[in-house]
Amino acid sequence: MDQSNDLSTLRMVGISKRFPGVLANDNIDFEVKAGQVHGILGENGAGKTTLMKILYGLHQPDSGEIFLNGKKVEIHSPKAAGDLGIGMVHQHFMLIENLTALENVVLGLPTKHPPLLDLEPARNRFNELTKEYDLHLTPSSPVWSLPVGDQQWLEILKLLFRNAKLLILDEPTAVLAPKQAKQLLSTVRRFAQEGRAIIFISHKLEEMKEVVDCVTVLRDGHVVGTVDPKEVQSAQLAQMMVGRDVFLDRRERAPYKDKKEVLVIEHLDCLNDRKLPALRKIDLTVKSGEIVGVAGVDGNGQRELAECITGLRQFTGGTIHINQKPVDGVINDTTLLGYIPEDRHKTGLVLKFTVEENLILKTFEELPYTKRGIIQWHEIRQKADALIKEYDIRTPNSMVPVNHLSGGNQQKVVVARELSNKPALLISSQPTRGLDLGAVESVHNFLLKERNRGAAVLFISTELSEVLTLSDRIIVMFNGEIMGDLNAEKVDVNLIGELMLGHREGLEATP
Amino acid sequence: MDLNSINDFLAAAIRMAAPLMLVGIGGVFTERSGIFNIGMEGTMLIGCMVSVYVSLVTGNLWLATLAAMLVGSLIGLIHAFLTVTRRADQIVTGAAINLFALGITNLLNSQLYAGFEYRPRVTMYPIVAPEVLQELPFIGPILFAQPVIVYLAFLLPVLATWILYKTSWGLNIRAVGDHPHAVATAGLSVNKLKYQGVIISGMFAGLGGAALVLADLGLFATGMTAGRGFAVLAALVVGKWNPVLVAAACILFGAADAFQLRAQTAQFAIPYQLFVMLPYLLTIAALAGLVGRTVGPKTVGKPYDPESI
Repeated sequence: MDQSNDLSTLRMVGISKRFPGVLANDNIDFEVKAGQVHGILGENGAGKTTLMKILYGLHQPDSGEIFLNGKKVEIHSPKAAGDLGIGMVHQHFMLIENLTALENVVLGLPTKHPPLLDLEPARNRFNELTKEYDLHLTPSSPVWSLPVGDQQWLEILKLLFRNAKLLILDEPTAVLAPKQAKQLLSTVRRFAQEGRAIIFISHKLEEMKEVVDCVTVLRDGHVVGTVDPKEVQSAQLAQMMVGRDVFLDRRERAPYKDKKEVLVIEHLDCLNDRKLPALRKIDLTVKSGEIVGVAGVDGNGQRELAECITGLRQFTGGTIHINQKPVDGVINDTTLLGYIPEDRHKTGLVLKFTVEENLILKTFEELPYTKRGIIQWHEIRQKADALIKEYDIRTPNSMVPVNHLSGGNQQKVVVARELSNKPALLISSQPTRGLDLGAVESVHNFLLKERNRGAAVLFISTELSEVLTLSDRIIVMFNGEIMGDLNAEKVDVNLIGELMLGHREGLEATP
Repeated sequence: MDLNSINDFLAAAIRMAAPLMLVGIGGVFTERSGIFNIGMEGTMLIGCMVSVYVSLVTGNLWLATLAAMLVGSLIGLIHAFLTVTRRADQIVTGAAINLFALGITNLLNSQLYAGFEYRPRVTMYPIVAPEVLQELPFIGPILFAQPVIVYLAFLLPVLATWILYKTSWGLNIRAVGDHPHAVATAGLSVNKLKYQGVIISGMFAGLGGAALVLADLGLFATGMTAGRGFAVLAALVVGKWNPVLVAAACILFGAADAFQLRAQTAQFAIPYQLFVMLPYLLTIAALAGLVGRTVGPKTVGKPYDPESI
């Protein structure tokens, strides 16, 4: 760790990087100075992470140069980056769960008495740093025992331990609760005051405004512009990101005429994974041609509700009927039920399967996709190509593994599969979580289209703004109960906020 | 069983465990680095033959031991090249090594003793303990009348534990099998660590082969390892990839081996084949969770792709 190697400016000039089929970075210029938090804003797949991996030596650019304090440098490996004082917190944890916090921190660092590990001096420095930055980490605790928030702090501690002068933080708040995110943002400001340079990557506009001095917006691999986020409107930033206006205002819709009851839930009780009551005597009816939004703080029974309706979770009391048919097991009739699960990686997709395989996952056994036990790839490919077109899935072709797609396009694959058989009922659970604004908008469009077609839609989201945007009716869940059932056209946001916290007083005042 | 035969059994158990324990150490390093090496069985067999050959030619059992280790390392290097650099399927590569080893040793078996009228026994590892100790009642034969390699086999697991937990390189090896990307982003070379782990396993498999010949039988016979290398794979699971526990499992397996040999000659009510099965039954029990959580290195068996960070 060379202390004299202070970093005053870092400049990336004309960086281009091509992956098979994609130009991830297209002639990017970028500069960050010591004492500054420089934001990088962009949709998924805009090239943010690729650019940072080039800076950290994980990828080599096809062309372009990097200058540190005006001097040209070559960064061939993470080690070279580390020697220049560059440190990176990756989107996914780079922590070894079976090792202790301290062992994770010293991994890869030279020791005083090689080949001995010699943890004692490191332990002292670890404790000094945790005290200095008010982190509650114990050096000897194994990483698997740490909550997610602490793991993120450990990642940051790794950089401090190496005395990094340029910190690259790739979506550091994505896994944090709001309170933890706040602490992280203020610590980032502190790093800047200490004279470090910080590159802060996010697609959350609000935290950008709070923490950065200037922000560079990337779109489709090139720089759209660099601005001071305090001087421009959020809408303007959003427009720079997606290249057009984004509607997050309430969506206009015509009333649906032919309403009938599709989903009828009576006195539903169920337990959560820890065998504690998750739902208490829920009554709910969803009619065709309406979107019922479920608002509430995460973990108040929303997930269990979705799982009970789809037949994935056994309930302990009450009944559920979909089109008069009782739910008594997993429903595999795709014309009856479409289900967009909250975790597309774990339950929505088979990540290593191709796009076409994922699209056909629920219907491949049926004609014409299987004839006399033999899969008809030609038919499947035709169907897949039609869906890719209809749902605007951005993929080179239908034979690409689905994990090569961006998050938004992966979600479109799930949506296309679940909607393609025109289900009478659609359960969509956090369908926009982790998506960028453009993808959020298109998911909203698909849901609204289903509603206008006459599907009954249950829309579960912890983002109140999108519940307000999309719903015809809003129910608020708290502690396994429905606190209120409101008309979304003339709803009072404050009232919903109160209900989400379990306060029912406001409801009685305005019947 | 009288006291004498119990004594004899225990002494044999320890002697027969030694080759397994040596191979086990290598197994710990390769699987900790994230690479399966089921080729240890075949490497061990080649180690047997090389040690006999070099011993017959030079008459020096230390040279024979070194040669077995060297050839083992070379086979390890090949396995490393295929599985780390070429990212080939580790099980297939390992199986190929085993089949190759079986074939080549069968082929060369007749050449090995060409020019001898009968198969001579080669020089064995010396017994170094003073005679006074060897003649101690009961414990003498068990603890002191053992060839010197046995003490090495008991010492090395302790040394390996120290290396794994007290040196920087040991930390790197423990890390790389669990999360190679984290190791790469910490500025270390993932491939270098994996090569080291695999080559070490080849070297120790070779040494284990030498120990099998030079501590126990003194001659080469086709297929003489008889699944000992596979038993070590089982010991890794039972011993949870910890050198000392793996060694303990190897002692247990060695004892089962010694017992089944005696059961073959003595007329027991229990078929001796049951004891041949013991290592694998124990492994199934271990995998079924009877000895607590046995979760191996997380990415073992999976090729590492540096581009997929």
